[in-house]
Amino acid sequence: MNTLLNSPSVKNITKKMSSLHFVIAILFVSTLYVSVCNLMFAEGSLLHVSDYTVSLLGKYLCYALLALAVDLVWGYCGILSLGHGAFFALGGYAMGMYLMRQIGDRGVYGNPELPDFMVFLNWTELPWYWAGSDNALVMILLVFAGPGLLAFIFGTLAFRSRVSGVYLSIMTQAMTYALLLSFFRNEMGFGGNNGLTDFKEIFGFSLQSPNTKLALFVATAVMLAIGYAISHFIVNSKMGRVVTAIRDSEDRVRFVGYKPQHYKVWIFVVSAMLAGVAGALYVPQVGIINPGEFSPLNSIEIVIWVAIGGRGTLYGALVGAIVVSYAKTRFTAIMPEAWLFGLGGLFVLVTLLLPKGLAGLVTNLMDKIDPPATEKKPSSSDKNDSDKNDFNKSKSDDATLAAENK
Amino acid sequence: MLRLFPLLLFFVMSFNASAAVSETQQSALPALVEQLPNTKLNKMASLIEQIAATSTPQVSDILQPLMDGDLYYLKADKRVVSVFKNQQKQYELMDVLTAEVLPAVGKSAIKKVRTNNRLRSQIRDLLANLDLTSTDADTRITALKQLLDNPNQTGLTAVNKLIKSEKDDDARELMSVILLVDQLETGSTSEKLSAAKQLSDRLEPTVKNALVKELDRISVDSASTSSTSTDTESSSVEVQSAETKELKTVLTNAISSIEQQASVFSLAENLFFGLSLGSVLLLAAIGLAITFGVMGVINMAHGEMMMLGAYTTYVIQQTFPHLIEYSLLMAVPAAFLVSGFVGVLIERGVIRFLKGRPLETLLATFGISLILQQLVRSVFSPLNRQVEAPQWMSGSLEINPILSLTYNRLYIILFSLMVFFSLLMILKNSSLGLHVRAVSQNRDMARALSVKSSWVDAITFGLGSGIAGVAGVALSQLTNVGPNLGQAYIIDSFLVVVFGGVGNLWGTLVAAMTMGTFNKILEPSMGPVLANIIVLVSLVLFIQKRPKGLFPQKGRSAE
Amino acid sequence: MIVDKHGSPLSSVDNLKPDTRHGMILYVEDVSVSFDGFKALNDLNLYIGDGELRCLIGANGAGKTTLMDVITGKTRPDKGKVDFGQQIDLLTLDESEIARAGIGRKFQKPTVFEALSVFENIELSLSGDKGIWSALFHKLSGEQQDKIDEVLQTIGLTVEQHYPAGRLSHGQKQWLEIGMLLAAEPRLLLVDEPVAGMTAQETERTAELLISLAGKHSVVVVEHDMAFVRSIARKVTVLHQGTVLAEGSMDEIQANKDVREVYLGEEQA
Repeated sequence: MNTLLNSPSVKNITKKMSSLHFVIAILFVSTLYVSVCNLMFAEGSLLHVSDYTVSLLGKYLCYALLALAVDLVWGYCGILSLGHGAFFALGGYAMGMYLMRQIGDRGVYGNPELPDFMVFLNWTELPWYWAGSDNALVMILLVFAGPGLLAFIFGTLAFRSRVSGVYLSIMTQAMTYALLLSFFRNEMGFGGNNGLTDFKEIFGFSLQSPNTKLALFVATAVMLAIGYAISHFIVNSKMGRVVTAIRDSEDRVRFVGYKPQHYKVWIFVVSAMLAGVAGALYVPQVGIINPGEFSPLNSIEIVIWVAIGGRGTLYGALVGAIVVSYAKTRFTAIMPEAWLFGLGGLFVLVTLLLPKGLAGLVTNLMDKIDPPATEKKPSSSDKNDSDKNDFNKSKSDDATLAAENK
Repeated sequence: MLRLFPLLLFFVMSFNASAAVSETQQSALPALVEQLPNTKLNKMASLIEQIAATSTPQVSDILQPLMDGDLYYLKADKRVVSVFKNQQKQYELMDVLTAEVLPAVGKSAIKKVRTNNRLRSQIRDLLANLDLTSTDADTRITALKQLLDNPNQTGLTAVNKLIKSEKDDDARELMSVILLVDQLETGSTSEKLSAAKQLSDRLEPTVKNALVKELDRISVDSASTSSTSTDTESSSVEVQSAETKELKTVLTNAISSIEQQASVFSLAENLFFGLSLGSVLLLAAIGLAITFGVMGVINMAHGEMMMLGAYTTYVIQQTFPHLIEYSLLMAVPAAFLVSGFVGVLIERGVIRFLKGRPLETLLATFGISLILQQLVRSVFSPLNRQVEAPQWMSGSLEINPILSLTYNRLYIILFSLMVFFSLLMILKNSSLGLHVRAVSQNRDMARALSVKSSWVDAITFGLGSGIAGVAGVALSQLTNVGPNLGQAYIIDSFLVVVFGGVGNLWGTLVAAMTMGTFNKILEPSMGPVLANIIVLVSLVLFIQKRPKGLFPQKGRSAE
Repeated sequence: MIVDKHGSPLSSVDNLKPDTRHGMILYVEDVSVSFDGFKALNDLNLYIGDGELRCLIGANGAGKTTLMDVITGKTRPDKGKVDFGQQIDLLTLDESEIARAGIGRKFQKPTVFEALSVFENIELSLSGDKGIWSALFHKLSGEQQDKIDEVLQTIGLTVEQHYPAGRLSHGQKQWLEIGMLLAAEPRLLLVDEPVAGMTAQETERTAELLISLAGKHSVVVVEHDMAFVRSIARKVTVLHQGTVLAEGSMDEIQANKDVREVYLGEEQA
């Protein structure tokens, strides 16, 4: 691997390409590969990718988009949200409502208007907030507006009164916990404990058909690419620099004349919408959305994806989400007992040993193989203490981390 | 003291009562019992009546098995026995008169004394009324309560007789209530009037029902009379209707006054529930308040420290099954040590490497909480474990018929306050407390003054965790002990700490009690889940309004 | 709506320029601040002239930093009036609005954005639109590029411009922070202990810089280093227990009996 990376041609290519191109290229190639292998090769063939695997990969890509959303607020803006699962779930419920209405009179009770659980509760008409839920456009609007609005209200309240650090983290956790309790209630009109399920079709295509599943997978990959491009644009704009500055020293940003609360709310809302989209894509692929998605544990798992992948780098979030989810799938199948030990251990080890995650590890390795040449060499005045400079660098990394945690 | 009182009373009463049973009644019983096997069903009623009338202690030993169908006689000598079928399908016998245990026999050697449903219900009443003359005041009161709820003629007659000689105040009061209720139902209008007036301060549900029933009856009556009224109304009807009208207002007043009192007491009950929930929150939160206040560290594994405490209680009960009564007393120090030790281990092993990075600490301790949960799941099973309550924790303190305070909640309120104040004393008066306060106010300065801040951190963390363990012991008496025990409390207890103001133990106390009470007062009107949600949301809003909590630390250093 | 010649509403903070026709840029009148009963500022009055270089001295706890906090909006006073020019009431604005109105502040402990490069630190500090949408689609204009180069030149960090600010030495961070202030083109600079931790040479350069800034900007310097104060000060204000104890030239201050007693006296003892 190292030798490959070291070969001059590869290095030249990687240097010319930014991470954006790289990630999108990988996404494109792997999506194409999976699609082709799924369609062209028959079952039993060595190259065949099963429908199950397609769904699974689609799920991972949803997680990757979700991780991206968390990385945007945590890695770049220093807002450790322990409630992003709530935005994911809200997006999922928006999609779920639409899918519920698409069932029409094919439900158990055969009511053309009301979903089964409402008939079961003896409701006679749809609650007002279900109005228009059978319209795909309304659904798409809701996928953005639901999580966005919650993030806006919560963010405005929290950031205006300068709640930050661990306080904010716990507030977000309390938020998703409150939503968890609410959605468990039948009176909420979202199917209570069981949530929304038994979906039949999406945009007129059967959800059982392998082609629909593949299409959903491709759609997820496309949305992930778009999400990645948007995030890339944001973090590389002046906006991204302001946001990073807020992470390092919010006070200073304020005294320079920016209103950090506006920036924080904005990025929080954007992130929540990305999470909502991830949730909306997730639901048709797994076939169910229930209040369990609001559970604080889910939200905190997202954070560990990002931590493991490497916060503050967009591709790190993607890698973390996919690697950890894959590990979870494998582990829970082989020895379910050990998964929580493994996950817990990961939390501890990553925070102790890998504060910058896998991405940081890779950067360190690359630096060792080939010291960074992109940075201008220290000038004459600094040359004599270049040793000291290295020392300073490691110190400044620590300082950066410390600043992020303020 | 309160519990001793009935006991004392018991001794006093037993002397009186034993003298009261006359010799003649005593001697009449064997003859009556002898008749049992031969009496025809239609003569049984009077025989049972006579047996009950002897008022000897054996009466219930005879009538109870008779009602349950466990009274037999030996075919050989017609001895009347109560039987118990053992596991070898043999019948163990006991002579009902002498309480002598006889050798077990097969089914063929004995024959059942016959009864029917009518007799059984007669016996039930008799047995209930039998307790009215019991020597134990508590038994009498229980019997009286039963009679109040299911009145019968024999009981009423008995009460009428007994009320003059009754010495126990509570019992006598109850007797008069029973008679008044009867008077309200069967008496003349003026009697009803006086009964209704006297009953207006009684809280027994039966009294209210009787009043409401009477009011309904009058309304129906007056409606029917008014509809049939003609111009032949006599003056007596008018007098009657005037009286009825008065009765109606008295009844209405009595009912509303009862309802008013009932609502006051149900509020008091909710307040009590609220305080007990608040105490649980307090227990859960003070440990967190210390670690967060001193070290600025959120210990997400705090809930699991409570869980460990609860499991310690379980293990102690399993190890010393015959010492259940003392198990909690042993569990408190044990849980403190276990959780405290684990806490120190976590601090030394993980947290100290994450100084100044609170968000990382949050994540790492969350990881630890997952590990601890899974550990407990693997060691003890994922199912809930049963932790028994000692005798002295069960039961309740009855203040009046609708308000009773359960002892376990009462003890937990006391216990949490004890823990709170002892912690306060430790922080205020000990040298450890001095060091802890120094570090929490200015870490650098404390270090400069050669306070070993790393040592203080470890001890503080151990102390906080230990208190969480103690909280777990208390929790084991209230909820199920399972691997998820702690998770339910971590968000709430953190909110309590922030709500009260970080670094302020008094704030934590006020916040915990406020939150608990608020929750329980909302609960009756909107259900536990919605109440919980509303409390959560309003706390989130409050903290956004006042990020430093109810009692913030002021000054420049607080930044 | 009244608009200026660019069409922006005049009521917006960004278009408010302090009215200094009376020669004064800052009016602090009867300001009191207390923390838990401790009076950090006590009926304090302070006037800073337009283009003036003023030094604030005083023992620890005299209220220097609190005064800075009040002016920049970090702390709200219990009572009193703080005006920027004749017409801008600073007490109605928040920190960022005060900064955009033209008051820059350098903290005691150098605070720069450690993860960003020196260049980016300056770029973020440039005066101009600080809103979200402009940040999102911002392109550096040639004019701004020149301004950044100029500032980098002034603070001597041209070579280090692509370094992450976290890698700078302590002195360089102090300079960078001053550079960030300059980029914002403030009317009033509040500088808290600018030479703490600097070498003698760096201190000298800082003194030169501050003196050169006066005139175009008004500068208020809080400093403990008396030699430094002596080297730059024209007018000195001595704070003691939250009030102004004395005001005047360095020589006057040194001759002042009260000051000698409470402040210099201690120092000489």
